[in-house]
Amino acid sequence: MRSRIREFDSSTLNESVQNTIMRDLKAVGKKFMHVLYPRKSNTLLRDWDLWGPLILCVTLALMLQRGSVDSEKDGGPQFAEVFVIVWFGAVTITLNSKLLGGNISFFQSLCVLGYCILPLTVAMLVCRLVLLAEPGPINFMVRLFVVIVMFAWSIIASTAFLADSQPPNRKALAVYPVFLFYFVISWMILTFTP
Amino acid sequence: MAAVDDLRFEEFGDAAASLAANSDTTTISIEDPGDTPKHQPGPPGGSGREEDDELLGNDDSDKTELLAGQKKSSPFWTFEYYQTFFDVDTYQVFDRIKGSLLPVPGKNFVRLYVRSNPDLYGPFWICATLVFAIAISGNLSNFLIHLGEKTYHYVPEFRKVSIAATVVYAYAWLVPLALWGFLMWRNSKVMNIVSYSFLEIVCVYGYSLFIYIPTAILWIIPQKAVRWILVMIALGVSGSVLAMTFWPAVREDNRRIALATIVTIVLLHMLLSVGCLAYFFDAPEMDHLPTPTAAPNQTVAAAKLS
Repeated sequence: MRSRIREFDSSTLNESVQNTIMRDLKAVGKKFMHVLYPRKSNTLLRDWDLWGPLILCVTLALMLQRGSVDSEKDGGPQFAEVFVIVWFGAVTITLNSKLLGGNISFFQSLCVLGYCILPLTVAMLVCRLVLLAEPGPINFMVRLFVVIVMFAWSIIASTAFLADSQPPNRKALAVYPVFLFYFVISWMILTFTP
Repeated sequence: MAAVDDLRFEEFGDAAASLAANSDTTTISIEDPGDTPKHQPGPPGGSGREEDDELLGNDDSDKTELLAGQKKSSPFWTFEYYQTFFDVDTYQVFDRIKGSLLPVPGKNFVRLYVRSNPDLYGPFWICATLVFAIAISGNLSNFLIHLGEKTYHYVPEFRKVSIAATVVYAYAWLVPLALWGFLMWRNSKVMNIVSYSFLEIVCVYGYSLFIYIPTAILWIIPQKAVRWILVMIALGVSGSVLAMTFWPAVREDNRRIALATIVTIVLLHMLLSVGCLAYFFDAPEMDHLPTPTAAPNQTVAAAKLS
């Protein structure tokens, strides 16, 4: 019995690297699916991980960089600024919801907030593709529409996961900072000009 | 019978045994406060006598007062200490915001809304919203003002977010600190009836900044007159909230010092709003004067006419 347990414990150490990576990638992918089709479920909360948020944040920050060489005229967000806004924003919102009396753990909340950036990352991709076309008001309207839809999707997804953990008379107080957070990220995406 | 055993404080074991043995004994648990008014043993789990006393409204009323006073005395390195500053419900936050928007003469914001329970939620998130409102509106208004010019390349200017954040948070926290220190100093000299704690002052300042959020959004309109009217309205509303809040704290004092304090408060408030307007929002002179880069505009105008 004991040797069997020891076998089980060391099994993840002895497996090949490909197995480890594929298992983590599958977990991340499963959570992406849960964000894209948000239903009330505990998957994001139960096995939280921060790989997904890291991948999304780095992707978003890289896509918000422009290729221009003259960095003086470049007023856009630097990589570090996007990173700081996303992570410190998520930490602040988590602290806020815990201080208001929510019963969600610190990393679970970070996980949910990070994963719900996925729709906005998709919006960033779409905006970059749209910007390859002719600039003009139609271009802008298309981008505006896409960003608004993805912003709404992010809010709905994160509220579906987070709202239940708050006491009922403080739900609005806990949800408003999430709204502000995704609004700022949407603004950064919308005002991106290459 | 089990009732006799129940009256003995130490013997929790007996109560548990009697409960196990006889399911319809009247062992008192917390869910049934009406059963016996006198001293109760704790529930079989033994969760502490103080809880029972407080819940059952025991005749040790001073004990309950001690417990109510103990609400705020967790040591400052625990999380619970900071949770007491966020002990507000949604409707309370809305009420406080409404109170800051509609100053009623004679009604003191602190006494009416905050006295029981100063919170840090409002000040923190109102300042955060204000920072982003100023930065985003400044950006939008500059974009709209320079819309037709060929030489203007739009940049989102995220530097301004950090500057706005520094300014707003410094104002919302350092000015209350200075004011609190000043009031404490005057309190030691002159006996004032009304004295505010530091958190209450932070609360008033935070909520009084709320009016600047719609003001900042409306500053996108590129008309100088409109902007200055907005400044006056916002200053009037929030300045009067601040003045009416702090007047009772200084009116016992020397007349000149009291007036100087109120004037300084309002002046700093005005400095904040005018400074933000001047720094983040470009002046809309282009609407009235012929632009120096006249050639592209003339060609655009000529193209429109033809």
